[in-house]
Amino acid sequence: MKSYMGIDVGSVSINIVLIDEHCQVRDAVYLRTQGQPIKTLQKGLKEMASRLPGSTQIKGVGTTGSGRHLAGVILGADAIKNEITTHAVAASHLVPGVQTILEIGGQDSKIILLRNNVVSDFAMNTVCAAGTGSFLDQQAGRLNIKIEDFGPIALKASTPVRIAGRCAVFAESDMIHKQQIGCDISDILAGLCEALVRNYLNNLGKGKEILAPVVFQGGVAANLGMIKAFEQALNLPVQIPPHYNVMGAVGAALLAREAVKKSLSSRFKGFNVVDINYRAGGFECSGCANCCEVIEIRKNEEIIARWGDRCGKWSTALNNDLNTEEKIS
Amino acid sequence: MKVTFPHMGYMWVCLKAMLEYLDVEVVVPPPTSKKTLTLGTKHASEFACLPLKLNLGNFIEAYELGAEAILMAGGCGPCRFGYYAYVQKEILNDLQYNYNLIVLEPPEKHISEFLIKVKQLTGSKSWYQVIKAIRFGYLKAKAVDEMEKISLKSRPRELNTGSTDLAFKLALAEIDRAGTTDDLAVALVKAREIMSSVILDNHRSVIKIGLVGEIYTLLDPFSNQNIEKHLGKMGVEVDRSIYLSEWVNDHLFMGLVKNVRSREEACRASRPYLNHFVGGHGEETIGNTVLYAKNGYDGVIQLLPFTCMPEIVAQSILPGVCTDHNISVMSLILDEQSGEAGIITRLEAFVDLLNRKKEQREAVTA
Ligand code: SF4
Repeated sequence: MKSYMGIDVGSVSINIVLIDEHCQVRDAVYLRTQGQPIKTLQKGLKEMASRLPGSTQIKGVGTTGSGRHLAGVILGADAIKNEITTHAVAASHLVPGVQTILEIGGQDSKIILLRNNVVSDFAMNTVCAAGTGSFLDQQAGRLNIKIEDFGPIALKASTPVRIAGRCAVFAESDMIHKQQIGCDISDILAGLCEALVRNYLNNLGKGKEILAPVVFQGGVAANLGMIKAFEQALNLPVQIPPHYNVMGAVGAALLAREAVKKSLSSRFKGFNVVDINYRAGGFECSGCANCCEVIEIRKNEEIIARWGDRCGKWSTALNNDLNTEEKIS
Repeated sequence: MKVTFPHMGYMWVCLKAMLEYLDVEVVVPPPTSKKTLTLGTKHASEFACLPLKLNLGNFIEAYELGAEAILMAGGCGPCRFGYYAYVQKEILNDLQYNYNLIVLEPPEKHISEFLIKVKQLTGSKSWYQVIKAIRFGYLKAKAVDEMEKISLKSRPRELNTGSTDLAFKLALAEIDRAGTTDDLAVALVKAREIMSSVILDNHRSVIKIGLVGEIYTLLDPFSNQNIEKHLGKMGVEVDRSIYLSEWVNDHLFMGLVKNVRSREEACRASRPYLNHFVGGHGEETIGNTVLYAKNGYDGVIQLLPFTCMPEIVAQSILPGVCTDHNISVMSLILDEQSGEAGIITRLEAFVDLLNRKKEQREAVTA
């Protein structure tokens, strides 16, 4: 079976998916990074390799997410692409004709608008905690509710309470207040979903024309309360695609397939990278007052990639073709 | 009295030239760096915008090199910038840096107000010399701007990554070294030669992006995370809506030099959307976006420091401009964060978007 692998290396998790020649998702691996992206990546690859049928041929590899360069260098990726593009590619493949993508992950959220299957606008939020999945996780934890139960409980709400949603700090103290005056827990949870949706639409959706079909993806799309809150706020049906939580990886795999079609051969270094000793290290350059944090990837003891220097003194000193900016981003 | 001033891109070349021409001793602050930022954020209010923090850092670093007086621009109107000079001075006082402060308020009506301010610095020099010095500084600003413009054209087309940056550095040094108007003319010829030695691929297809927004973040590469370099390397020809020499002509010379791009045009273009002065460069941001759209640019990026009021006003108006003129605009808000990765992700996604649109357009017309 000819297949393509897509890998999304985020700050908290790594997703690896495998698609076949017909772009069907065959397998997916999810792992928490726990601050060790390279080890986790190798672990994930090992797991993926052990699950593959013997006839599998990896024809191409794509990476995305904030760790895309790192993973790309280690694996020999054919496509290294940003999250916006990969999410859009995956959504328009799985839901043909999609015009709006709402994406909420653990650490960031984005909105992507497509017209005629091409991204026409986007916005991305990475600094506001009130607009992300980890805030929901945190609040569920504080209320002693398992995140899986969050949605079903929120759906039982009769009159959702209004919670200030602009800022995570205010939202939390508002919730505590509503709890203290004895509001029903389901009403609070539903109110929290509404606040998050309001925050999301105000921050990211401002001035943007949100048209159907609307797709909601990212980890938070599992939450039924959030789906309902979006449908009410937009007055539009919201679809959850299959593989909603690994869309970045799916997009990366699709882009790898496209790239290999053009280049005709893959740069993938093979699964034996799981046994090689890679180390991401770094140092603060003291060459000037910029004190750049230079990142280095070592394969055994050999340095195979470097980036992070403003002046190019370190990255250009390595004479392989992987450290030019064009290829890295 | 040793005089220093804040960094704003390559403004130091022009101020240094003007002051040294008048025999004023100059301390150019060390290039803005992470250390500058750390010093500035440590001592400024958290809610001040990035330019204030960086200026403050510049002053602290310059003081350690022996600077005794600060030359700083003033201002009026809704933007907070007008009182920054005084706030900075107070903070420095608290830190027991004993600085003299000279504020150059932009003239209200006539260039003579500006001349009087500059003359305060030099005392004994004649009016004639003061005028000549200002002219010399202005010519340097123009020369630097010219090199910057060339670099914006050559970066997306260079065959060897980094060759433009290297040439620019050398060209800048030539211009900086010139001590008289005659020297400068010679230096300019050399600088042009250096810039044209970069090997280009002129058939490469590039997209064009205009940069609009707040002047400091537009002009200062440290504050905007080197956006022009990143875009250039992604194959984008950038046009910046404001250059130092244009700003000087508009605000200090009151438009005295003719045939220079001026804010008037941008302000006129902003009229259907905004017809009130909102401070800073709010009107120019709107107007220049309209002009870029009309001139066939593929996209526009707005740069603003976090909490910058005039630019927030402009930002809220931009979606309407985009729809009317069918152009894509992305706003980047800059603060003391050093996460270049987030900015690059956005830039790359934006460039992807514009490239796809361009391909589509070309497919239709072909
Ligand atoms: S225009 Fe913006 S950046 Fe400039 S001083 Fe005012 S608030 Fe600060």
